[in-house]
Amino acid sequence: MSISTNTPAAPAVQTLSGHIPKPVGSQVSRRRTIWQRVSQNKALTIGCGLLAIIIILAVFAPFFSPFDPYVQDLAYRTVPPVWYEKGTWLHPLGTDQLGRDYLSRLFYGARISLLIGISVACISGLIGTTMGLLAGYFGGRADMIVSFLVTTRLSMPVILVALATVAIVGSSLWVVIMVLGLLKWDRFAVVMRSATQQVRSMEYVSAAQSAGASTFRILMTEVLPNVMPHLIVIATLEAASAILLEAALSFLGLGVQPPLPSWGLMISEAKSYMFFSFWLIAIPGTALAILIFAINLAGDGLHQLFSPEERA
Amino acid sequence: MIGYLFKRLGLAVLVALTVSIIAYLLLHLTGDPAVALAGEGAGEADIEMIRKTYGFDRPLAVQYADWLWHIVRGDLGTSVYFKTAVGPLVFSKLETTLLLALYALAFALCISVPLGVLAAIYKNSWIDRLCLAIAVFGQALPNFFFALILIMLFSISWRMLPVSGSGTWQHFVMPAIALGYYVAPAFMRLIRAGMIEVLGADYIRTARAKGLSPSTVIFKHALRNAIVPVVALAAVQLGFLLGGSVVIETIFALDGLGYLAYQSITFKDFPVTQIIVLLLSVIYILLTLASDIANAWLDPRIRVA
Repeated sequence: MSISTNTPAAPAVQTLSGHIPKPVGSQVSRRRTIWQRVSQNKALTIGCGLLAIIIILAVFAPFFSPFDPYVQDLAYRTVPPVWYEKGTWLHPLGTDQLGRDYLSRLFYGARISLLIGISVACISGLIGTTMGLLAGYFGGRADMIVSFLVTTRLSMPVILVALATVAIVGSSLWVVIMVLGLLKWDRFAVVMRSATQQVRSMEYVSAAQSAGASTFRILMTEVLPNVMPHLIVIATLEAASAILLEAALSFLGLGVQPPLPSWGLMISEAKSYMFFSFWLIAIPGTALAILIFAINLAGDGLHQLFSPEERA
Repeated sequence: MIGYLFKRLGLAVLVALTVSIIAYLLLHLTGDPAVALAGEGAGEADIEMIRKTYGFDRPLAVQYADWLWHIVRGDLGTSVYFKTAVGPLVFSKLETTLLLALYALAFALCISVPLGVLAAIYKNSWIDRLCLAIAVFGQALPNFFFALILIMLFSISWRMLPVSGSGTWQHFVMPAIALGYYVAPAFMRLIRAGMIEVLGADYIRTARAKGLSPSTVIFKHALRNAIVPVVALAAVQLGFLLGGSVVIETIFALDGLGYLAYQSITFKDFPVTQIIVLLLSVIYILLTLASDIANAWLDPRIRVA
């Protein structure tokens, strides 16, 4: 890992050989501190930067929004955004078919997407990590059971099962979160299992075992911290995937219910107006794409940061 | 090989049985399926009648065993909404969805193989970064939004393709693109990684040293070896595409299994929904089974494990 070993070697070469070679300064003097690696990682900085902006806009939505996202003004229906000829600065992104300010709905919609992403990743992460840790650490029968559960889960189409469950239980934001959380643990389990298998054979685990530490303690203080990088990367990917699934469910009318401003629901409600007012679907669609792009980019960047040798 | 075959087959049956239990229990999530089936505004007498007709008054295990026994004998039940037998209804739509999934897979491979190979050959150059950027952008775009954009471009602006419906091959073009582009990045990354590994191998150096043309080396020697893991991924992704057809077929009103699933869910026609969940799962199980057996046949090391 450390490159610092070749720093003292460089001047020695210079003095031994008669002529002075071209300075290779940047390579020789580079000290790879964590901060430098973070700031040099373009994917991570751009992804996290975008994500930070979206989170700030979502958290302080009441502060940034020019209007109440639920108040309808039927006199101002489908006002186009400001860059259109008929646009007005009063509604920078226009209004929807019920005269609600689109910019305000967009800001409040970010809250729903972020809430879905974070809570689904937490629920499914808890389930999947527990299963993966147990399967990877104990092996044998525990591994067989977990592998079987993962295989079974993978063979069921997520979106179809989620749609059916929401239709039966009744659709609301919390039902969507619970259903997706209970369905999307498979990748956590798979990755945590193989990561734990690698960590289990490490000497520090044997050391803890021979020191008499309890299994629970070993899992929590030795294994979990060492598989954490993988966990964080999977969590970002799963959060992005959960946000897309919620948008798809809401788009089909079986996710978040009106009048909540979910981005998927906004696209669904504006669908029949899209031929004449394309921006009604283009704006929430682009917002979704930017959010997913930011999360995936941050996830890619974290992956490079944690395991730089994997990306050739 | 025979031992592995039986073990793998037994696992597939066990998984299918577990899926059937889950698919059956879905209907009982709320506690009383009769209330869910009767819908809003149904009287106590109606609910009681439904409970009797469907046999919901029996113990759950008996109901499930009865349901499964009927399926095994080929009786898939009766649709509540369409008032027809579920079996013929579902299988008449299966062909459309299978075709759609295959077209989507073909489209995904058509873009991911050239891009993945290009990215591997020009590793870490601007071409590689461009391919990676396309992949990251592609995965960020929600497929239903992409589908609507396609409709706006191809149907409304250029009037090249029909907006919705099914029947001719033109009806499949936009759904296949909208469904397929989303799985392309996964293939691209896999092919890129595989090609980079293979291109560094000794036999590629030998082939180059023999004086073979670069295209022969890349397509005949390298790609052939890099494409092996793609087969396994294709089986998994085909299952994903079958599930994803629910959203895409609904948007384009393509008369397949996905659209039927959406209709059955909105009409609360649960006998149909259960069978579709079960059928799509069984197709996925068969696909992974076939790919596992094919891999074991190709690679003797797997059989032992």
